[in-house]
Amino acid sequence: MTIRLQREPFDAASEAAKLRRGRTDIGAVVTFTGICRGDESGAKLVAMTLEHYPDMAEAEIARHVEAAERRWPLLGVTVIHRHGRIEPGEDIVLVVTAASHRQDAFAAAEFLMDYLKTRAPFWKQVEYAGGKNWVDAKQSDDALADRWARPSGRPEAAE
Amino acid sequence: MKLRYFAWVRERIGKPEEEIEPPAAIATVADLMGWLALRGEEYAHAFENPKVIRAAIDRTHVKADTAISGAREIAFFPPMTGG
Repeated sequence: MTIRLQREPFDAASEAAKLRRGRTDIGAVVTFTGICRGDESGAKLVAMTLEHYPDMAEAEIARHVEAAERRWPLLGVTVIHRHGRIEPGEDIVLVVTAASHRQDAFAAAEFLMDYLKTRAPFWKQVEYAGGKNWVDAKQSDDALADRWARPSGRPEAAE
Repeated sequence: MKLRYFAWVRERIGKPEEEIEPPAAIATVADLMGWLALRGEEYAHAFENPKVIRAAIDRTHVKADTAISGAREIAFFPPMTGG
């Protein structure tokens, strides 16, 4: 498991390559990159600043990676979350999961992203030409995270 | 104990952290928020809607009815918006 919190940009391709280097048991690698959009609810964004709780963020992400490892037979996980000021088009977060089979890699990556959105202690502040705003938490994100508490891990409507 | 504040909770209170010894009668996270809200206008503003404030004790998420005895560090913050 690799977890890094950093100001600097990351290279998603090289992180994915690192995870599988020299291994032949891995049959699937899923790489998810979250990117800063240039608009938020129709308003043009100048930049986004991510505040975080350093000591807790790393521990909290590790707890969720461990939960993912108990739930799916994973062969490697990398999570990188940036903080500080990020401009539109720049990467914010990276999740890489490796497994023998794609279903496990896809599910674990989605699980980790849903938890990062709602449980990892990070807060986004968006900067417009006219001022700054803290981003409100979305109920839809809570619903996505909550679905993993159900044994099937599927949204309620699908059950 | 050390209190830490993040995002708009930090901005409203005007500082990122402080050392505080609440009275013994303050037993839970909810009690602590109620007590802090009485410390001044900036605290009253930060804790005006305690239901939306999340808390962590010693870097683990906790609910408002969690006991605070023995806590070294308690953090208050808005719902998280990472990822």
